[in-house]
Amino acid sequence: MRYRALVTLAVVLACVLALELACALGWVARTVIIPPSEMVGSLRDILWSGEFNRAIALTLTNVMISVVISIAAGFVLGVAIHASDFLRRAVEPYLASYYAVPTFIFYPVFIVLFGVNSAAIIAIAVLLSIVAMITATMNGLDRIPTVLLRTAKIMRLSPVKTALMIQLPAAAPYFFTGARLSVAYSFIGVIASEFILSGDGLGYAIAYAYNNFENRQMYGLMLLIVIAVTLVNMTLDRLDRRLQSRLRR
Amino acid sequence: MSSKAMSSKTLPSKAMPSQTLPGEALRNIVPPIVLALVLILCWQGLHLATASGAISSPAATLARLVVLMGSGRFWLDVAETGTAFAWALALSIVLGIGLGVVLALLRPVGEVMEPILVTFYSLPKVTLYPLVLLIFGLGMPAKVAFGIMHGLVPITLLTRNAITQLKPVYLRTAKVMRLSAFEAVRSVVLPAIIPELVAGIRIGFSLSLLGVLIGEMFASKRGLGFTAVNAMGLGDLDTIMAIGLFLALFAVLANSGLLSLERAIRHRSAGR
Repeated sequence: MRYRALVTLAVVLACVLALELACALGWVARTVIIPPSEMVGSLRDILWSGEFNRAIALTLTNVMISVVISIAAGFVLGVAIHASDFLRRAVEPYLASYYAVPTFIFYPVFIVLFGVNSAAIIAIAVLLSIVAMITATMNGLDRIPTVLLRTAKIMRLSPVKTALMIQLPAAAPYFFTGARLSVAYSFIGVIASEFILSGDGLGYAIAYAYNNFENRQMYGLMLLIVIAVTLVNMTLDRLDRRLQSRLRR
Repeated sequence: MSSKAMSSKTLPSKAMPSQTLPGEALRNIVPPIVLALVLILCWQGLHLATASGAISSPAATLARLVVLMGSGRFWLDVAETGTAFAWALALSIVLGIGLGVVLALLRPVGEVMEPILVTFYSLPKVTLYPLVLLIFGLGMPAKVAFGIMHGLVPITLLTRNAITQLKPVYLRTAKVMRLSAFEAVRSVVLPAIIPELVAGIRIGFSLSLLGVLIGEMFASKRGLGFTAVNAMGLGDLDTIMAIGLFLALFAVLANSGLLSLERAIRHRSAGR
């Protein structure tokens, strides 16, 4: 397992080296891609100078607000829909097609509702990530083994105790999968909204650098986002796998 | 023992739905319609609540959509977006299935590449759009490439997964029959994973559409995404909502169609 991860890392490093070589040999024009070593240099400058600290903080804050709202509201909605047969029948056909709708197209609507500020961006990110949490919550509640619920009945646990001591622990791994997806989708929603239509944050900084032919800065910022998001996703993914393997025991 | 008692108990109730089929169908159809009506009412409420009806009412949006659909300009946009989307989807499907098959059959390579693909899948790919623009320039190829960036990976991963979870007997049979690798893929592997292929295509469909639209929204002079962003600059919310409605209806209809196709295939192959 660990060996395989090392090979994967080696493949990534080999690709980076190949790109570095291609740039050094002039196979790739500097106006298209700058060598990875310069990207790292640019990233260091960005972090050292603190020029983008405000944008980084803003983007991270928006992502975090979106994550909290989607996980909390998604969980509550998931439990509510799971509890009501009518709601479930009403919502399920829409959930199956939800991610087919390009949500970003409705961004201007949120600008009208909330004004040109973070709220519109957070709304888009929540719209994108909440459904993953709703689906995961319903899925988790569905998969609680019936025998556990019968045990709760035999032990005459109150509904609250059943929920806290039986249902929550049994479905927790599924909830975590939902939370992990919510984080990934929140990043995508916030950064994409900033990139396309806003005037602030990391996504906007990249679009701005692109429009001004500031390639060095642009690639530094790209590298920052790619590394940060990859680290977050990988950490959550590893935790998720650990929880899932506990389920199979 | 107890499971036997259970099944004999549940049998009559299981037979019930086929007798009261109209009632069962009604129970499945009525709730979604009620929800749709509630949502439209909420939309109307939002329209009335916002100052001077800044959010277009459902009726106004529909009227605007009808006007748009009568104009030549709109269909030019649809053709532009549609062409980019068709290319992106077709290439995503062909390359995705091909790559998925290769990564599944060359197992070690697949295991090394999987984490990279999963990581790429959950990355905010807009960040990389400038790179695509610098390589392909403004225009159709950049949009297609960006659509493929969204659609390719899920199709690859689902194809690979489906093949690796295939019962070993399939591949062993192919071996016994001395099929070449190409023949084995064509006449054993691919037919065996058709339901998963349709599922992959369904997800690739939505994501490559999203990719093409995001591409148009950022740097383009044509297409539905561009027109929506342009309308936003003009404060023309009717047009944005109409385009959004059009795309949402298209996406949901296509998705439902592929979903029922997937179910039909699964049902058929399960019955065999």
